[in-house]
Amino acid sequence: MLVYFIRRLTQSVVVVFLMAAIVFLGVYAIGNPIDVLINPEADQAERAAAIARLGLDKPLWEQFGIFLGNALQGDLGTSFVHGTSALTLILDRFPATFELAVAAMLMAILVGIPLGVIAGLYPDRAVGRIIMGGSILGFSLPTFWVGLMLIMVFAVFLGWLPAAGRGDTVDLAGVPVSFLTWDGLSHLFLPALNLALFKTSLVIRLARAGTREVMLQDYIKFARAKGLTKRRVVGVHVMKNIMIPVVTVLGLELGSVIAFAVVTETVFAWPGIGKLLIDSIGNLDRPVVVAYLMLTVFLFIVINFAVDVLYSILDPRVRLSDTKG
Amino acid sequence: MPEHTPTLAVEDLRTVFRSKAGDVAAVDGVSFSVDRGEVLGLVGESGSGKSVTGFSIIGLVDPPGRVAGGRVLYKGRDLAGLSEARMRALRGREIAMIFQDPMMTLNPVLRIDTQMIEAIRAHERVSEKAARARCRDALGRVGIPAPDERLTAYPHQFSGGMRQRVAIAIALLNAPDLIIADEPTTALDVTVQAQILYEVQALCRDTGTALIWITHDLAVVAGLADRIAVMYAGKVVETGSTDQVLDHPMHPYTHGLIGSVPSENRRGQRLSQIPGMTPSPLALPSGCAFRTRCPRADAACRQPPDMVERVPGHAARCFHPHLTGEAVEVPA
Repeated sequence: MLVYFIRRLTQSVVVVFLMAAIVFLGVYAIGNPIDVLINPEADQAERAAAIARLGLDKPLWEQFGIFLGNALQGDLGTSFVHGTSALTLILDRFPATFELAVAAMLMAILVGIPLGVIAGLYPDRAVGRIIMGGSILGFSLPTFWVGLMLIMVFAVFLGWLPAAGRGDTVDLAGVPVSFLTWDGLSHLFLPALNLALFKTSLVIRLARAGTREVMLQDYIKFARAKGLTKRRVVGVHVMKNIMIPVVTVLGLELGSVIAFAVVTETVFAWPGIGKLLIDSIGNLDRPVVVAYLMLTVFLFIVINFAVDVLYSILDPRVRLSDTKG
Repeated sequence: MPEHTPTLAVEDLRTVFRSKAGDVAAVDGVSFSVDRGEVLGLVGESGSGKSVTGFSIIGLVDPPGRVAGGRVLYKGRDLAGLSEARMRALRGREIAMIFQDPMMTLNPVLRIDTQMIEAIRAHERVSEKAARARCRDALGRVGIPAPDERLTAYPHQFSGGMRQRVAIAIALLNAPDLIIADEPTTALDVTVQAQILYEVQALCRDTGTALIWITHDLAVVAGLADRIAVMYAGKVVETGSTDQVLDHPMHPYTHGLIGSVPSENRRGQRLSQIPGMTPSPLALPSGCAFRTRCPRADAACRQPPDMVERVPGHAARCFHPHLTGEAVEVPA
């Protein structure tokens, strides 16, 4: 297991370094922040001073070297716009996004798995076909459009739920969260639903495919021959087997939900990192964009690792075989 | 003396599978019975309908298949009329089943104790602790060393033979009155096969459990079964005591089966084989389904033959049976 850890760690370091280089160059290519940041009426001297202050006068490789050196010490640069640490900016907004992502994932799991299992048990009945039809809609409808429709129906026409913002928050271990107040919860519901829609469809498909495959296995027939109730056969024997692919994919998806909640956060004016990213790209605020992408890479690496560990808990056969080869 | 009721009597069982070409009968009018403590060998080639017969008895034929006719009388009670809930209560408790491939019958992600204890608690309200003790005893009985430790293991930590022992232990947990064993030793080494046969035989003798042993291997049933039913294309073509069927087979098909088994006293000779292949149930020959492969077939065989008991206890479904007195000659 130790060898496995070390190898994974080495791979991760290489990935982070490559990603840093690509991100840094990529952001450099999209535009010159000086044009946006400095008053157009500023004279040459002021302009030169600003460029020097931001460190943009140095050659690219030197800027990259400085960035890497600082990054190793946990400093991902200072926002051109806000004048504060880019990392702090992101971390301040991170809880909002994380809360949204977790809420969306919970919805996807709680709704998707039962629906998928039902669709897998009765693939030829109307209920199975309706569920699958719904999942196609969930896959195909664009997130921003669904978000706007949700706002129109629930916030504008019906007036049941608020359209934007986080609502009242309370501090949980120093971090503001919405889900502990009624107002916060009502603000959380629509964006989480919007974000969950695509993932729910994904979970439905995974759970259905898994159920159909597992139901044909001899061990299910044997379980039935033991006289187990259908509830026990499906709830334990089928469920534990289909959780393997579902957990793998959902784990990876959690990363993408956190990193790419951009559209939903923009539509619902949710003050998370997705909205910060869009604003920073608009302002060509390089350090924030770079820091955001670096954090995203880090997040994916951590999640992948956690999924592997979880996988070995769910599937006892993985435990032995992964330590070697 | 009161009228004798066998543990299981199957009468004219018919199981069909729906297909595009209409209903196809995998089991077509099968009848046999098994008594307390008796071992019945159900013998046939792949596709002869022997496994489907087993699943029909225990009520586990899945769509597109269904039991379309006949009666399955368990201790005189017709199982066809039972609700799914009553049938479930019977499964595993009174009628247990052992499957062919031990690598596939245990759920790979659940521990052995989980899979054993649930088999007890599906039928009885017993404490986890009492159930565990029974599981440990059952594992010990089928010859698994250190049963306490093995209970907390996962199936992949067992060899094939050990897994089949676990499956047998599970089948025995609730002391069923009938066990249906669907080729349980086919996937195992010959030595392991012999051990398991011996153990199952001893267990049935001791507990009075009736056993239906489904197999394509005549050598296995020769040493195990009290009686044999030979199936061909969904029908029983010959029944009798093991000695009757193996020593004086009446049906040309049984004859061919026995001739194709390698044997000590025919060393060096070519093995005979039955020409042709098992016909598809979609395109069975009219009359006797075996006539296209049968050396004795003639025009009479275009009519379906009936089961005729020519020797007490020994019946065959054939117009031209090999009768006692004729030696088992092996066609060259």
